[in-house]
Amino acid sequence: MSAPSLSKSNLPRWLAPLILLGIAYGVVPFAGGSYLFEAILTPFLILSLAGVGLNLLTGYAGQLSLGSAAFMAVGAFGAFNFNLRIQGLPIPVSIVLAGVSAALLGVAFGLPSLRLKGFYLAISTLAAQFFVQWVLTKFGWFSNNSPSGVIDAPALQVLGIHFDGPVGRYLFALTVVVVLTALVARLVKTRTGHQFIAVRDHELAARVIGVPVFRTKLLAAAISSFIIGVAGALWAFAYLRTVEVAGFNLDRSFQIVFLIIIGGLASIRGAFFGAALIVVFPLLLSRLGAFLLGGVFNSGVLEMSQHIFLGALIIAFLIAEPKGLVALWDRLTARAAALFLSQTRKANTDIVP
Amino acid sequence: MDNAFDWTFFSEVLVGGLLAGVMYSLVAIGFVLIYKTSGVFNFAQGSMVLFAALTFVSLTERGLSFGAALAVTAAAMAVLGIVVENAVLRPLVNRPPVTLFMATLGLSYIIEGGAQLLWGAQVHALELGIQDTPLEVSGMLISKFDLIAAGISAGMVAVLSLFFRYTRTGLAFRAVADDTFAALAVGLRLPRIRTAVWIAAGLVSLVAGLLWGSRLGVQFSLSLVVLKALPVLVLGGFDSVPGVIVGGLLIGAFEKLAEVYLGPYVGGGIEGWFAYAIALLFLLIRPAGLFGGRTLERV
Repeated sequence: MSAPSLSKSNLPRWLAPLILLGIAYGVVPFAGGSYLFEAILTPFLILSLAGVGLNLLTGYAGQLSLGSAAFMAVGAFGAFNFNLRIQGLPIPVSIVLAGVSAALLGVAFGLPSLRLKGFYLAISTLAAQFFVQWVLTKFGWFSNNSPSGVIDAPALQVLGIHFDGPVGRYLFALTVVVVLTALVARLVKTRTGHQFIAVRDHELAARVIGVPVFRTKLLAAAISSFIIGVAGALWAFAYLRTVEVAGFNLDRSFQIVFLIIIGGLASIRGAFFGAALIVVFPLLLSRLGAFLLGGVFNSGVLEMSQHIFLGALIIAFLIAEPKGLVALWDRLTARAAALFLSQTRKANTDIVP
Repeated sequence: MDNAFDWTFFSEVLVGGLLAGVMYSLVAIGFVLIYKTSGVFNFAQGSMVLFAALTFVSLTERGLSFGAALAVTAAAMAVLGIVVENAVLRPLVNRPPVTLFMATLGLSYIIEGGAQLLWGAQVHALELGIQDTPLEVSGMLISKFDLIAAGISAGMVAVLSLFFRYTRTGLAFRAVADDTFAALAVGLRLPRIRTAVWIAAGLVSLVAGLLWGSRLGVQFSLSLVVLKALPVLVLGGFDSVPGVIVGGLLIGAFEKLAEVYLGPYVGGGIEGWFAYAIALLFLLIRPAGLFGGRTLERV
């Protein structure tokens, strides 16, 4: 009999996600206070979803986008308006339609990618960022002519089930995120997913082997914008509970770019790792700063030091670990497993010489 | 005569736009310097403008004379350039352009956060001693400040052109931009040249920071001038100094004209995206920009 092996390849691939799902649905809802759900878990899940969406476009298909927040805004305002203007439309349908609107916009601003590459596409998405912000603030129709521009999101209710309270909204967001993430995880393993990667790695070579480059780019933009749009709808409906343009600014777009760089480009887990760090790190920094510096560490200093740390983190990851936290995590767990394995082997040989 | 087109007003708007455009070019030149010699698309240019202006104004507020503050800030920009080149870009050499771009995005967060942590985030007024009085030129009213700012920008472009043409360092810049491997082969020291470029870009952003700072006030939003410079770059081509001058003039003129003549019909506030729309439309016709070099693609 060979020694029992704990290497990852012997465990079924679906086991780890299943255990995580079990914890997310079965344990977490009973575990924490409302602060945990409202300030940490729900935004973490939604930012992860936005990260998954952007990663599809930037990580897998190699098209840099600096306008994610614009697509989130379209998703949020789209879901609000579909829900408001079509009587009796179920919430999930409004959210899907909102995603479709974001996807259409994504295709519109992805069209220049017919002729543009790299930075030029980034600039086209920047244009989307400013244009969408302008349209949504300038035309009152989108916010139902609310004088303050801030509107309450409708209650989350699906098939008679109310997703109220912090835990309910967490479960709603969790379910949407799980479904879409599973679809994306499947997508990247299909022919289409491989075409994304082919376009990213060498556009001309991809064209030569018969990948329809332009269509692939537009498809990546559409699916990515759909997911980011849904994330935006969730951000407004399940996290903020209000629909407003202000939160969907350029800083939010950069935040989503940063989280996939830190988490790991072209990795679905990467978006979750990056989002976790982006959500938790400001909280840690404010605690740490208040502890070390006391009163000097006011909100202004906190914001500036957040910027400095975040910038430094980006550069550090780009230099030292371009594959992000995911690669770091995999290396650490592999090393731990190897260590554990050698220990048990050693123990076995000690007993049976 | 109510319906007659007011040509004086039109030319006033046009000239105002052209002068504003020169200010955009001023920021864009810093980009071109770095992009030409190292292929880095430096998003941190805007935060460098903020850093320079904030350092200068804080030093003058602490009692330094104009000249002394200028010298100290110039030295600080030089140090910043050296640090950036050595600590951030050298470890990233030979990495894809998008990676370098993302690094400068991180860099812009560091510089902008650091500048405000060091000097505070409040708004400072910056007085250069230029009166902003309207000047009457054949019936048109033109801002004197704009004229002087445009003059300084033009002078700067002239100095840069002479520098590129007649000095050893300038020639080295051009050699590296032209063919990096050939430049290495004839013994040019690439790291030193790239450091020099970052210092030069720092000095350009100092001038831009002073002019933009006295126009807008020195505060965080100053770093957003980078967003004004991007369409100019797209229009002019990322690697052409004459290109960004013409691009700046075109963007400035179109933007002002659109704001005045088109803005009222759509509720105004279009200056945030209109320049991008022009630049993108233009790109669809000519992807390399007005003066940008055509990139060849080989398998």
